[in-house]
Amino acid sequence: MNVPIEAYLIVSTIMFFVGVYGFLARRNLLTILMSLELMLNAVNINFTVFNRYLFPGQLDGFFFTLFIIGIAAAETALAIAIIINIYRNIQNIFVDKVNNLKH
Amino acid sequence: MDLSNYLLMRQEMSLLLVFLILIIYDLFSNDKAKNWFHFSACSLWFIHTVCGFLFPITGQSFAGMFVNGDIEIMTKNILNIGVLIIFLQSYSWLKKEDTAFKRGEFFMLVLITLFGMYLMISARNFILFFIGLETASLPVATLVAFDKYKHNSAEAGAKFILTAVFSSVIMLFGLSLLYGNCGTLYFEDIATTISSPSNLLILALTFVLTGLFFKLSLVPFHLWTADVYEGAPTNVTSYLSTISKGAAVFALMVFLYRVFGNLFEQWNIILWWIIAITITVGNIFAIRQNNFKRFLAFSSISQAGYIVLAVFIGTAQGMGASIYYILVYVVSNLAAFGVANAIENATGKINISDYNGLYKTNPNLSIVLMLAMFSLGGIPPTAGFFSKFFVFTAVAEQHEYVLLFIALLNTVISLYYYLLVVKALFINANEAPIEKFKTDWYAKISFIICLIGIFSIGFASYIYEYINSISFGI
Repeated sequence: MNVPIEAYLIVSTIMFFVGVYGFLARRNLLTILMSLELMLNAVNINFTVFNRYLFPGQLDGFFFTLFIIGIAAAETALAIAIIINIYRNIQNIFVDKVNNLKH
Repeated sequence: MDLSNYLLMRQEMSLLLVFLILIIYDLFSNDKAKNWFHFSACSLWFIHTVCGFLFPITGQSFAGMFVNGDIEIMTKNILNIGVLIIFLQSYSWLKKEDTAFKRGEFFMLVLITLFGMYLMISARNFILFFIGLETASLPVATLVAFDKYKHNSAEAGAKFILTAVFSSVIMLFGLSLLYGNCGTLYFEDIATTISSPSNLLILALTFVLTGLFFKLSLVPFHLWTADVYEGAPTNVTSYLSTISKGAAVFALMVFLYRVFGNLFEQWNIILWWIIAITITVGNIFAIRQNNFKRFLAFSSISQAGYIVLAVFIGTAQGMGASIYYILVYVVSNLAAFGVANAIENATGKINISDYNGLYKTNPNLSIVLMLAMFSLGGIPPTAGFFSKFFVFTAVAEQHEYVLLFIALLNTVISLYYYLLVVKALFINANEAPIEKFKTDWYAKISFIICLIGIFSIGFASYIYEYINSISFGI
């Protein structure tokens, strides 16, 4: 059975926009981070699928995916470190409590 | 594998050399030797900056992934000068007790982000560009959260990293669509594949541009700017608002001219609206700020609008004007930040109302700040006038009169709030003005560099002619 390319693209687009919604609507910093991961993985699916279906002779898309995975790991580590620092300061990681800088 | 490829990356190699020397110095020196750390870092960086101007080699390597033309070298040199000024200004901040033990880290992080910006500027392949972009933006988050025990700094760090990653992901989504459309990641090959606009291409263009607009903090995507600029340590704020912005503008130009050149009609109309809104909103919000760092944040938003104004017409003259604007903006904005930094480190005061009557106690600092404000506002003897003049000339030559009129009107509004600061320094009465304090030598040298820049860049017509001769259009 052959899965058509559109099926993959629909899944990745839905994942991406679920991520966007989560980024804008969630109140917990960790959940926001999870939404970002969702968006990154949607991009990964896109690259892999385009490479596999449309340009099977090359490896550009696969390599891009590998780099994105690596960089996403670095980004998550850094963001969690900063979130821990916030938690140490105010014992809270909800967005509406992290609003010292708003006037 | 041909080692001569690396010859083209001289500036990158030299930067990494400085980085390695400093990291070894920082790790293996005793307390007494550490007293010389700041001095050696600044002098090494000065040597690197001077070397950047000497013996430029141009060409491309790694199968066209990495390009170093005259204009790339010039942009890197401008960034080098800016970083030199920031290093000089950071002395009084890094000397403090709660930052002194991580003095080395500040230099390491700044240098590694600058390395990422070099890659962003020279990259002609999206993989290399993306690595450069992330190298340039992730360590900045740690710099923003550098004051570990201040809550504001950590909060600004979280806001910065979340928006930075969000914007890169949006850009990546656009890139994936572009890859699906063209089947290649090289700028040149993509440009030849794009001949006529299709819906998918326009979608990809919008996503990619949105990601870059976040980095540049143009208006619908500017909401993180003021908070991050206020919470970050002042030296980091100055780094963010000048150096990061300069590199991102160059990347935007390469994207628009070298990749999406055939979609000129489409991105031209997007940028028209973005610029008009950016300049206006930045100005209007700047008027009501009292915190000097927030004030400079909104002023930098509107300045970014002027820089992109030169980009959007798509001619070589526009690109020249835009890079020249970046150069002038770097020296004038860093002068303003330098004064704010000196005052904040000596007294802890950062509000504009605290600056009332500063001229009576600290005349030299007030004059530097006044000249910086004049240059940012564009008052004739300073370089800021010339940079705005060249941008407007370039726009007028393409007959974009409506946008030109909006920009001119906004220049008048911006003069009002820049002069409000000058009024606070010289005219407003204050019973208890900031007391007289001594500025350290490093900061004095940085002010001298800035003032030389503010006065000489405009009159040395050679600089503008040179930049104009090496820039490219669509």
